Amino acid sequence: MMNTMHIASRRDFLKKALSGAAVLGAGGGTGLLAAAEQGAAGAKSRVAIAHDALLRGAGSTPGSSVDARRMLALLDRAMQALFDRDHAIEAWKKLVRPGELVGVKVNTLGGRGISTNPQLVEAICERLQEAGIKAGEIVVWDRETEELERAGFHVAENGNGVQCYGTDRVDYEQELVMHGSVGSRLSKILTQRSNVLINVPVLKDHDGAGVTIALKNMYGVIHNPNKYHPNGCDPYIADLNMLPEIRSRMRLCICDATTAMYEGGPAYKPEHSWKNNALLVSQDPVALDYTGWQIIERKRAEKGLKTLEAEERAPRYIATAADQEHRLGTNDPKRITTVEA
Amino acid sequence: MFCELQALKSESIDVRGRRSPLDRRSFLKCALASGAALGLSEAAHSATGIAAEAGQQKQDDSQFVVEAKFYQKLQNRKIKCKLCPRECTVGDKERGYCGVRENRGGIYYTLVHSRVCAAHVDPVEKKPLFHYLPGTVAFSLATAGCNVNCKFCQNWDISQARPEQIPAEYAPPQRIVELAKQYSCPTIAYTYSEPVVFSEFLMDVADAGHEAGIRSVVVSNGYMQEEALKAAYGKMDAVKIDLKAFTESYYSKVVTGQLKPVLDSLVTLKKMGKWTEIVYLVIPTLNDGDQEFRGLAQWIKTNLGADVPLHFTQYHPEYLLKNLPITPVETLERAKAIADAEGLHYVYIGNVPGHPAQNTYCPQCRRMLVERVGFTASQMLIQKGGCPFCHHPIPGVWHI
Repeated sequence: MMNTMHIASRRDFLKKALSGAAVLGAGGGTGLLAAAEQGAAGAKSRVAIAHDALLRGAGSTPGSSVDARRMLALLDRAMQALFDRDHAIEAWKKLVRPGELVGVKVNTLGGRGISTNPQLVEAICERLQEAGIKAGEIVVWDRETEELERAGFHVAENGNGVQCYGTDRVDYEQELVMHGSVGSRLSKILTQRSNVLINVPVLKDHDGAGVTIALKNMYGVIHNPNKYHPNGCDPYIADLNMLPEIRSRMRLCICDATTAMYEGGPAYKPEHSWKNNALLVSQDPVALDYTGWQIIERKRAEKGLKTLEAEERAPRYIATAADQEHRLGTNDPKRITTVEA
Repeated sequence: MFCELQALKSESIDVRGRRSPLDRRSFLKCALASGAALGLSEAAHSATGIAAEAGQQKQDDSQFVVEAKFYQKLQNRKIKCKLCPRECTVGDKERGYCGVRENRGGIYYTLVHSRVCAAHVDPVEKKPLFHYLPGTVAFSLATAGCNVNCKFCQNWDISQARPEQIPAEYAPPQRIVELAKQYSCPTIAYTYSEPVVFSEFLMDVADAGHEAGIRSVVVSNGYMQEEALKAAYGKMDAVKIDLKAFTESYYSKVVTGQLKPVLDSLVTLKKMGKWTEIVYLVIPTLNDGDQEFRGLAQWIKTNLGADVPLHFTQYHPEYLLKNLPITPVETLERAKAIADAEGLHYVYIGNVPGHPAQNTYCPQCRRMLVERVGFTASQMLIQKGGCPFCHHPIPGVWHI
């Protein structure tokens, strides 16, 4: 059973390098989509949702980990559905080009209970390499190295394999960047070690923001997230995602909703979590957050809980992110196409 | 917060007691922006070998972690912080707004006890405290963190940082006292960032200092709950409060805080009998109206008395507020004239070296009693708490 991710072993590197070599040179120069374009008038944002009830194997217990092969297949289905392609690799080639530096920003605050699954990240890295990205040009990261380790990731800071470490190892930029209510120092992993950002959050309740999914995952990119929790994190989350360094890099959001939380977040509360065995994938972080929020509300209703609105903690930041001032995507359900994979 | 003035006479001190000059960046900041001493200098760090460079080497956090004094436990492992009026409700594994207090399994901890990120020997005039032991020096220290987020903060690189993001050294209370004695400092000052957020450490240092005959002063925004204020600042021998404006809208937009709790703190300090001075940083267009100056002066006179020193200080562009000019000296003089006219006895102008309103004058005979050059008290004539010429009492803490 795989419960940790050894990202940078020599064997993995060779295997992935070889499989990557097979597709190098085969990639087309297709244009990259941007979330803002999806949210433009007349266009619809797509959110692909892929489920696998057997992700943890038949008769799995609540604590069991996911099956790496099934996770890869689940990711492939989601990507094919999102990009309407017969093969997942075609979708990945629409996203990244050889030579690009790719940062995979995970969320590991919740420890092993509710963090981005290493198996999912391993699957993402495998497909990135098949799309032509060298292993050493991928960095899996979060705020703290220690949190990554607690969530099951193996740290790798050297060598040719996929890199994995926290901002604590490289620090934040000295200069502040500002937008609206936000003035922060950005992780050097974002600014210096990646020009593509793949946002891989989890799906959970948040006592302040209402929910925390893709947009709020960017709190892990800055040095002072504690300053942006008042007023339900609104408009801080939206303003933060407006920073050009973030907005220009974020090409894809893959929400790990294999385990999700409908109450008591953001710290892991097993009594309020459920095995959802799903991935939500979109290029529009606003549409993805809106869709994830609705999933959490449905689960809350199922459990007999009040809506987040009734609890006065509806995630207002989602609407702010979609407003005329921000236009980070759409929160209008009529303009979101949900594709079940 | 905007704290202290330029530090030409400051020295950085490492926790082993070695002096080091201000590093270039600190010097520039102090010289150009009248910023405070900015943390232990790079030289100090390399000398001690104790502090880890942020982002490169993990510090042993456990030595800095002490259960917080002011909080309330809630259901589901949540807590409510009772230190400042913000009253953060903090879930498990989360931190409060200040970034230096963390909920771990339903217990709230300070992460900055004995975690000193800045230490200098400063003239007490630099705080500024003008009616407190003129001409003496204070062993001045800070930890990371602040409970507001002033857009003009001069020390944002320590006040707006999480403790693990900046170099710091382990300096428990007894060590601070030893250093103060070593450098002949009759006072320990808690300053630079926001001492509210390291109240537990401040209280322990103050106790240790008093046992050794060393006093304590604090430079604070006063944004604090009454119970915490009484417990922590009750141990202080003098207090300087940054009253950043006299409107709630300014506090909301520029400070990310509230005015009323700060005014309440000033009244509480008055009732406690603490020697208190007030600094008002004047920022062009934001808080420099005649009506605001007048309202401020009237409020001080009514609620605190005419003898509370009020320092109008000059703003320099910094942090998130760089689009406004340096405060014209004429504006500061206008503010002083209004406050004088309202009947305040000790109104000073700060951050303007050489300005005559840096000196202390007898409100009765108008003779100069304390002359200040930069941060040095070059002449101190007050005797037995009064004017030597007309014997009018001059309030303050004048003698060791």
